[in-house]
Amino acid sequence: MYLYETTYLRPATIDEAKALYEAGESPAFLSGGHTLLPAMKGHLARHDRLIDIRRIPELQGIAEDGGRLTIGAAVRHCEVAASAVVQGCVPALAGMVGTIGDVQVRHVGTIGGSLANNDPAADYPSAALALDATFRTDRRELPAAEYFQGLYTTALEPGELLVSVSFRKPRRAGYAKFRNPASRYALAAAFVADHADGVRVAITGAGNDGVFRWREAEEALAHAFESASLDPLRVDMEDMASDMHADAEYRAELVKICTQEAVKNQNRVTLF
Amino acid sequence: MALVNLTVNGRPRSCEVPDGTLLVHLLRDHLGMTGTHVGCDTSQCGACTVILDGRAVKSCTILAASAENAELRTVEGLAEAERLHEVQEAFRTHHALQCGFCTPGMIMAAVNMIDRHQGQLDEALVRHDLEGNLCRCTGYHNIVRAILAAAEAYRARHRVAAAQA
Repeated sequence: MYLYETTYLRPATIDEAKALYEAGESPAFLSGGHTLLPAMKGHLARHDRLIDIRRIPELQGIAEDGGRLTIGAAVRHCEVAASAVVQGCVPALAGMVGTIGDVQVRHVGTIGGSLANNDPAADYPSAALALDATFRTDRRELPAAEYFQGLYTTALEPGELLVSVSFRKPRRAGYAKFRNPASRYALAAAFVADHADGVRVAITGAGNDGVFRWREAEEALAHAFESASLDPLRVDMEDMASDMHADAEYRAELVKICTQEAVKNQNRVTLF
Repeated sequence: MALVNLTVNGRPRSCEVPDGTLLVHLLRDHLGMTGTHVGCDTSQCGACTVILDGRAVKSCTILAASAENAELRTVEGLAEAERLHEVQEAFRTHHALQCGFCTPGMIMAAVNMIDRHQGQLDEALVRHDLEGNLCRCTGYHNIVRAILAAAEAYRARHRVAAAQA
């Protein structure tokens, strides 16, 4: 399939990218493009200019500093998964990124692209919520709690450029994912992070309003960090997505199983 | 229009294409290299896999203009005259294809997989790393066998001892 006519631009700086965006009629920032380009090929989206932000220096790099791990928005999944810094800081995060899509997708897709898209079945949003992420843009800093605003929706304004994402290093963390066997996207997945000031449980794939924190599970795990603490709990079925792949009841069960597996298998990833 | 300069199978090429041209169409429509296939066209099947700057990618989901100055390797660049590349030879020996449509992408994914892991592959790793390539005929068994055989040939060639179990 072929795209509608568009203009490809590759700015070298954030200021240049913003100026190019302002001058467009229906512009879009292009990162890995593995959601944007299929949408444009299917003629579901039309942009008069594609502004490729992958070569802007501020959007590169992985660094650990003062208990926080900061990753540039244009860093590819394969780089995060293979990073000794990420593996040492949050092994479950490196492991999780190594399960996104497939090899070819991880060679191109970026953290910023995934988080700006906020697909309700994407992996990164759960890590961002569980690891208390801060989103740095060209104009401000946003906490994860404000950043995610429902299906494919974020607090980013038109033309606002995600520059980097910084995660709080937990004492330990685990990620468990039940994949749709066809699409390989999460039908349900849980990122469980044990921080000095409490436990965070973030669920992706299952919610009818995108990624969310399962507060009851957090409280139960703060009391006793073991999978049995979750035995009496069940996520609210009203909050579950229900579609041809899995109904709400099934997803609720998967949420609990994934959360329990993530608790049991800390510092690694568990895949179903 | 975008002027794209890149190296394809070691040969410098220059192409003027509309900005929205996908890399696979630059290859097929503009350079006449039809070895790279368009399968699903939705970034899932991997039939369009090529190696871009050392990484296997789906060329149906890459803008040609973004590949400026890139080094590209396609299935046409593997064999030397009449001599098949060891991955191609392994696919032939192990009958790792039936209809053959997915084969160029499978082979490019396999070449890149063997290079990235320096031939140190086992069946589980091959199956994991092959998730981005779909085959509707073979059931994958012979493809996995072929890749493991090619990895063994690579190790022999590079005198790299097999990983200790």
